[in-house]
Amino acid sequence: MAKLVIVDTGCANISSVYFAVKRLGVEPVISADAAIIKQAKRVILPGVGTAKAAMHNLAERDLISTLQGLQQPVLGICLGMQMLTAHSMEGDVACLGLIPGEVAPLNAAGLRLPHMGWNTLHSISQHPLLKGFTAQDYLYFVHSFAVVPSQYSLAQCHYGSDFAAVIGKDNVAGAQFHPERSGKVGARLLQNFLEWQL
Amino acid sequence: MLAKRLIPCLDVRDGKVVKGVQFRNHEIIGDIVPLAQRYAEAGADELVFYDITASSDGRVVDKSWVRRIAEVIDIPFCVAGGIKSVADAGKILEMGADKVSINSPALANPQLIAELNATFGQQCVVVGIDSFFDVASGQYQVYQFTGDESRTQKTQWLTRDWVAEVQRLGAGEIVLNCMNQDGVRQGYDLAQLKSIRDICRVPLIASGGAGTMQHFTEVFSTADVDGALAASVFHKGIIQISELKAKLIADGISIRP
Repeated sequence: MAKLVIVDTGCANISSVYFAVKRLGVEPVISADAAIIKQAKRVILPGVGTAKAAMHNLAERDLISTLQGLQQPVLGICLGMQMLTAHSMEGDVACLGLIPGEVAPLNAAGLRLPHMGWNTLHSISQHPLLKGFTAQDYLYFVHSFAVVPSQYSLAQCHYGSDFAAVIGKDNVAGAQFHPERSGKVGARLLQNFLEWQL
Repeated sequence: MLAKRLIPCLDVRDGKVVKGVQFRNHEIIGDIVPLAQRYAEAGADELVFYDITASSDGRVVDKSWVRRIAEVIDIPFCVAGGIKSVADAGKILEMGADKVSINSPALANPQLIAELNATFGQQCVVVGIDSFFDVASGQYQVYQFTGDESRTQKTQWLTRDWVAEVQRLGAGEIVLNCMNQDGVRQGYDLAQLKSIRDICRVPLIASGGAGTMQHFTEVFSTADVDGALAASVFHKGIIQISELKAKLIADGISIRP
């Protein structure tokens, strides 16, 4: 049984997520095999690119029902987080529906898009994943679509408007920023995920 | 609040970091992975690795160093140089780079920008532009093959027109290298950057000319660029990133401490 499986979504940032987890002393398994994913203690769903292409990849690998049935801790990263919601307006595609919510174009109120660079969080919840996080911490974001804030937002970020930076429900959580590219602060989120007890 | 980015640029040749003056006379600065690691730990917000030989001599370049960097680096990094196709870019991204930057190949085949955008998403696609102020015409013009002096040539593009075109094709970020200023440490080309800023809706990174900490304050406050790229001032230890960040914060610039 693998301690941590990174779902091979066919997207490009799998290596950087793999190395980031490895730097924390855990050897992850990268897999698109439903049996291996089901047996993992923890699952990371990475993703960059477009929601439509990524959901297509999951469907092609026949992983949608597997991901929807996971009971262990699951962390979606960036596009992987957006895929946890019910629907994305990026390509008008149904997502995994693990956390209620909608992915919409980021309302940047005239600021430049993509929202690319280091930004801070606000409205940070008491949640095991966010242990040690403060409003002074900077995380690395790269995106043009975002999850609309809701009761499932565990932390928000502001760029022209508020959007959900971290979401969570039951055993499933997601981060819009890239913890694998957010220095020591990002490593803290991954470490918290490795220690998350349901 | 979104922070302005400080971006050390490491020019790479044969796995070593090198630096020339106005694109010439390259000297070896050091090994790539330890230098990258040192910059990440010193507070760099992002790194750019530019394979300076790749675009100009047409050979297949060993890019295995990308994976070695991805293993140790926990900040975003971009790879430039010699990326001529979607397949080339895919290999670099798969090895762990966050973005690819294209320059001469985009001039040869502008459609490559659109193809990269469609395949990997806008956020992966950086277009580097080498812009030179031509005194005779009084215009900023785009140059290509700037990695090799013997092949460097002026293109038909005015810089402003090319900036508009790459955005239309789907670039996610533009690095504007002001060649007149490169390597001479006399300050960023504020007039040009300001003028390009007005027509640039995607993140704009200033490159070429950083010599003092004040130059960074000026480029952020005057030209409103999203990031400032520099090489020699960091490589030669003229500016320490921690001191630079403290000064920029004191000057009221939004910076990640």
